[in-house]
Amino acid sequence: MGSIVLEKVKKSFGDVTVIPPLDLQIDDGEFVVFVGPSGCGKSTLLRLIAGLEDVSGGTIRIDGRDATEIPPARRGLAMVFQSYALYPHMSVRKNIAFPLRMAKLDQAEIDRRVGAAADILNLTAYLDRRPGQLSGGQRQRVAIGRAIVREPAAFLFDEPLSNLDAALRVGMRLEISELHKRLATTMIYVTHDQVEAMTMADKIVVLQAGVIEQVGSPLELYQRPRNVFVAGFIGSPRMNLIEGAEARKHDAAAIGIRPEHLEISQTEGLWKGTVGVSEHLGSDTFFHVQTNASAQPLTARASGELALGYGSEVYLTPRPEHLHRFDENGLRIA
Amino acid sequence: MATQHSRSAARLMMAPAVILLLGWMLVPLTMTLYFSFKKYLPMRGDSLERGLDWVGFENYSRFLNSSSFWPSVQATLLIVGGVLVITVVLGVLLAILLDQPIWGQGIVRILIIAPFFVMPTVSALVWKNMFMDPVNGMFAHLWRFFGAEPVSWLSDASVQSIIMIVSWQWLPFATLILLTAIQSLDSEQIEAAEMDGASVLSRFFYIVLPHLSRAITIVILIQTIFLLSIFAEIFVTTGGAFGTRTLTYLIFQRVVDSQNIGLGSAGGVYAIILANIVAIFLMRIVGKNLDR
Amino acid sequence: MARAVSTRRKVMTTALAWAIGLLIFFPIYWTILTSFKTEAQAINNPPLFFGFDWTLENYSVVQDRSDYMRFLWNSVIIAGGSTALGILVAVPAAWSMAFVPSRRTKDILLWMLSTKMLPAVGVLYPISLIFVEFNLLDTRIGLILVLMLINLPIIVWMLYTYFREIPGEILEAARMDGAGLREEILYVLTPMAIPGIASTVLLNVILAWNEAFWTLNLTAANAGPLTAFIASYSSPEGLFYAKLSAASTMAIAPILILGWFSQKQLVRGLTFGAVK
Repeated sequence: MGSIVLEKVKKSFGDVTVIPPLDLQIDDGEFVVFVGPSGCGKSTLLRLIAGLEDVSGGTIRIDGRDATEIPPARRGLAMVFQSYALYPHMSVRKNIAFPLRMAKLDQAEIDRRVGAAADILNLTAYLDRRPGQLSGGQRQRVAIGRAIVREPAAFLFDEPLSNLDAALRVGMRLEISELHKRLATTMIYVTHDQVEAMTMADKIVVLQAGVIEQVGSPLELYQRPRNVFVAGFIGSPRMNLIEGAEARKHDAAAIGIRPEHLEISQTEGLWKGTVGVSEHLGSDTFFHVQTNASAQPLTARASGELALGYGSEVYLTPRPEHLHRFDENGLRIA
Repeated sequence: MATQHSRSAARLMMAPAVILLLGWMLVPLTMTLYFSFKKYLPMRGDSLERGLDWVGFENYSRFLNSSSFWPSVQATLLIVGGVLVITVVLGVLLAILLDQPIWGQGIVRILIIAPFFVMPTVSALVWKNMFMDPVNGMFAHLWRFFGAEPVSWLSDASVQSIIMIVSWQWLPFATLILLTAIQSLDSEQIEAAEMDGASVLSRFFYIVLPHLSRAITIVILIQTIFLLSIFAEIFVTTGGAFGTRTLTYLIFQRVVDSQNIGLGSAGGVYAIILANIVAIFLMRIVGKNLDR
Repeated sequence: MARAVSTRRKVMTTALAWAIGLLIFFPIYWTILTSFKTEAQAINNPPLFFGFDWTLENYSVVQDRSDYMRFLWNSVIIAGGSTALGILVAVPAAWSMAFVPSRRTKDILLWMLSTKMLPAVGVLYPISLIFVEFNLLDTRIGLILVLMLINLPIIVWMLYTYFREIPGEILEAARMDGAGLREEILYVLTPMAIPGIASTVLLNVILAWNEAFWTLNLTAANAGPLTAFIASYSSPEGLFYAKLSAASTMAIAPILILGWFSQKQLVRGLTFGAVK
């Protein structure tokens, strides 16, 4: 019901091509996350799918039919904006009812759907308030409610959590994932936060400068990044990338090893180094170590608390099964 | 956000405003230009039906060479300059004063803003009669109270009188603008300066004044444009006599009193050019702001 | 400021500010006061601040002898009419410039503003010629048209700035929610723009009411608004201060009240956004 296919979709603004021809397939019911650094085109891509921007080339198919020329209102999609975009002069009830009013549904049906959505999102107590009287999280839910009542083929989320504070973000993340399980509708979610991507997605699309770097499940991207960019983007803290002599030992232009895959020992190991700044989170400890393996300091993770003073000597050993190799073009060597 | 659909709709929606303003600008302007090159004195028998004689740039040179021209330039400079100086200087001081914590600030603001909303004919006549009249005006009473001879303001100190009247009207505008600008000054900047050891006076000259310079420029430019075309105040008080005949008033007289349309039109063209020069500066600043 | 200012300083600045405020306001106050005096008491020396007989005779005399109501009505119609017409023309223009901007939008806007800089005296004769030709001289319609044209740039400008403040995402949300252009403007844009439109109307009524060039030169007995009526007091006969005061008070009272509410609009409308 909610499958979306992009064929050779291209977007230019004047002479500047922000998205070169791109293909993508999104299956019905998937939770797809577009992720990438600022300016990579993920929001633009979302808006192209929504119909809020015109494509400069290519086709967009929604459930098999060509939707490229169809205006946003008739694509059967619903969008949750970063700033929520609630109508300030309407009550919550009227906000949620608005799309149904536009669709000319009869009042009884409108009331039923609004009530159902408010129920799912715990908004029933707030139905007669105005957006200005709600907190950020509540406004977020109203925006989602407005999208739900349309019973769309797919939901589009444009960085919905970036305006919320950290604690709220974690809570809302779970709620959105719950919603997805419950409604089983396709969701396309744009974010620059790779943690959100990893925790929520069935499928992640990593974008850079308008180009899809890799499409895959979170685990795939984590375990088998296609290139140096994806390797460095997914996973926090970032993967350590080492070039030069050490990389050549493995027949590669660069090797990568994640902080969690480095064994730390005070007595012996492959790479000798000096501990710099260490970050103690209680659950983990991160060390920034200057080693002989690389000009840049390496980040290593220890589980739990490990006290190593600034300047102390330490040995790091990469676990061979987790070592990634990349060629001179930055592509993964199998 | 814009689709093809929206673009053509947009163009259509702009059309009435653009067409109207285009017409408003072009039609009378072209006519003025046309008349400026012709000899046209309707009272002396010239008529449009019989066709008018082409006189080239004669009107333009006659306007400049007329004995009233330079005095009118002087009057304009005095009046516009005088009002600008008074309104800007007092405006800055008032703005600073109003920015301080004061009881009843709202009401004081209203008191100071009020003159701007009084129509020019009312303020001119109230000042002329109830304040400046040498027999019955307030100033006359005041002067006599101190044992001095009352001044015949509008006949003996006409330019100063006009400056006083117009400044009274425009001081609120300058104050309001400058007050808005002062209040937009990030207090953190001043606090940082204070932490850095700057005295009150230094803080004013090095931080407040530069921040205000932009607003002051705007005030000067906008007021200049409006002040160049002061009319009603002169019309109902001196009628242009006693050295208060500004360029605008001179042109008005050429057209309405002497009915020398050709000459008046040439003068009008000069006025338009002058106003446009000021406008160019103003538009540049506005334009830069639009980009933000 | 979070720090407390010394009470002494606050008292002094308050006193100074009030003194200056009252001084500046004095002419207006004096006019209103004088309107309630008799003509003889109006020119009394020393000037009477109190201790005179309050009377309303000036107000009735002004109305009886010069049909003040007609001029007032003209002012209302001309100010209201030109503003209404201006809004009608400007709303679509401002909408399209704010929401569907093109590369030329900024230039067009600046050009519109520049037409306001045209010195009226430069086009006085052509306009009066046109007016004679079309029988518009001394008509309210004629004046409505002219005042609409001279204020149109400001109306467009102000609406543009208010529309721009409406978050574009809300309109996009409306579009996603199925609203066509008509519904978008009717149910979402206009309710959100009403405060802005009201402010623009406010400022423009004030500007049109006070306009004193075209209203003086293009009208006579019929369509003259209050500006022209007051101007007729420039060559009066006999004692007239009290009557002038009454006429003036009536002429400026509505605008003083409106002006109280429109300070912010004044800054926005007349500095073209160059001062925030």
